[in-house]
Amino acid sequence: MIKLFSMKNQKKDGSDAPKQGSQKRASAAQLRITKDINELTLPKTCDTEFPDPDDLLTFKLIICPDEGFYRGGRFVFSFKVGPNYPHEPPKVKCETMVYHPNIDLEGNVCLNILREDWKPVLTINSIVYGLQYLFLEPNPEDPLNKEAAEVLQNNRRLFEQNVVKSMKGGYIGNVYFDRCLK
Amino acid sequence: MTVAVAMAVEWGARWVEVRKLLERPGPFTHPDFEPSPDTLKMMQENIRVLVIGAGGLGCELLKDLALMGFTNLHVVDMDTIDLSNLNRQFLFRKKDIGRPKAEVAAEFINQRIQDCHVTHYYNKIQDFDDEFYRSFHLVVCGLDSIVARRWINGMLLSLLCYEDGMLDQSSVIPLVDGGTEGFKGNARVILPGLTSCIECTLDLFPPQINFPLCTIAHTPRLPEHCIEWVRLLLWPKENPFSEEMPIDGDDPHHLSWIFEKAQKRAAEFGITGVTYRLTQGVVKRIIPAVASTNAVIAAACCTEVFKLATSACTPMNNYCVFNDSDGIYTYTYEQEKKEDCVACSQVPQELLVSPSDKLQDIIAILTDSLRYQMKKPGLQAMVDGKTKSLYLHSPASIEEKLRPNLKKTVEELGLRDGIEIAVADVTSPSTVLFKVKLKK
Repeated sequence: MIKLFSMKNQKKDGSDAPKQGSQKRASAAQLRITKDINELTLPKTCDTEFPDPDDLLTFKLIICPDEGFYRGGRFVFSFKVGPNYPHEPPKVKCETMVYHPNIDLEGNVCLNILREDWKPVLTINSIVYGLQYLFLEPNPEDPLNKEAAEVLQNNRRLFEQNVVKSMKGGYIGNVYFDRCLK
Repeated sequence: MTVAVAMAVEWGARWVEVRKLLERPGPFTHPDFEPSPDTLKMMQENIRVLVIGAGGLGCELLKDLALMGFTNLHVVDMDTIDLSNLNRQFLFRKKDIGRPKAEVAAEFINQRIQDCHVTHYYNKIQDFDDEFYRSFHLVVCGLDSIVARRWINGMLLSLLCYEDGMLDQSSVIPLVDGGTEGFKGNARVILPGLTSCIECTLDLFPPQINFPLCTIAHTPRLPEHCIEWVRLLLWPKENPFSEEMPIDGDDPHHLSWIFEKAQKRAAEFGITGVTYRLTQGVVKRIIPAVASTNAVIAAACCTEVFKLATSACTPMNNYCVFNDSDGIYTYTYEQEKKEDCVACSQVPQELLVSPSDKLQDIIAILTDSLRYQMKKPGLQAMVDGKTKSLYLHSPASIEEKLRPNLKKTVEELGLRDGIEIAVADVTSPSTVLFKVKLKK
């Protein structure tokens, strides 16, 4: 056990020049995100955009599904990684207006690992796969856009048509969707 | 007998008990402890203690430290006093509502306790730099935020000096951390670089409770679901006060709006129990505070500060849990240092380079040398307090932008002596730190 203060080294008022410790260090959240990003393995349907490559905490993920209902579409998600990462999950929003049972018209995404099932062992990669999965298997059991979920549950063909229509740009009911085809 | 005389008598005997601890040897004293009247003097005149937080724990900490004989106290708190604080934050009165907690707490102690001087800072801890934190012998925390704990932990770790990989013990500033939640609490002693730190034990903090978004949106069952619906979905949609205005949990207008909308929603789904208090609790994520828990934990923390400052007793090793919700339970154990802790187990390794080396040469060292044998190292430097990405292997978009850096020299990239580079690679579970040393 060390003795921290001997009677001799009790001065702290700068009378003896303090030794310089190392410079400001990257925070634990930054160290972790560096690793997450450097090891990101994106499926071929996904791409990222970093407005400032020095800032790995803010970026966009672009998903262009090549199969399923949403084939041919292009969907942009914004990621914000906070100072409490990975204790808390990043904030993810869908910036593209999409007709989807698990994404509402404000861009909120219902994906369990983004909220109640987040764990620090998960990575940005886990979220990428989670989001990609949402486009392959929209889940009408856990709806955020209830209308879309009901259509998917009761009439798959109509749902498919609605998705195509919304991606081309057009009205579903009284909601207008911008064109988001690739 | 006049009051003045009574006071003088009282103050005259003020240090009798403390002296017993400092001027006599005992079975628990530190091996280097030398009983002496000088220790009390040193503690009173030289030791600078920083108290972080002037809330429930902070009030107790300041009172305890001041009465123990510490005279050079500093307190940082970013909050102002609210009516709901007054039941337990006993340095504040009704007339103080709205004023900074740090300021009022300091005023109270300075006025009440002879010879004690508390300096206050109505600030966030992030407002101060390394120079400020290095000026203290000890830091005690009474915080309710994990982010703030992680920040001060990282700051104290960044102040450590290493010489040839050996820790210079005079650069260690002990952190005594207290925390309470209702009837539960904990107190711990962290010797940065030597014992387990906040980051080592991050998984001990209870995770925030988040309800599934779809439940909140469509199948609410609890009053909390209704309040969360307003907070998360309705507020950003309606922006009731002005565009992009975030919710301020201390603004009664905001709370009333949320409360009303939540009540309506609850009525729609036949849910009962939405009250103003609950709304406040959910929005501000309040866990009811219990005054007695704060008192116990603060006392434990201050005892540790006393031990560390005087060596009159070896400090607690190193984590104490306390629970008095059902009887009284307390247990102290050694929380072990995590060997791969990103924050404290990292002694930055020296990276010897010459100013004319190119970034690709450095990467070649990391991949080819027998010592490192990395596969795809990604490098990010810390330059003037900001992160600077040097090279990352993925994703493609960022790799393309950074690729030109590979041909740049150490000098061109602005990598001076002492700059730290974080290196991430699949061969290691966490990012590894290097420190640039320029060849002369």
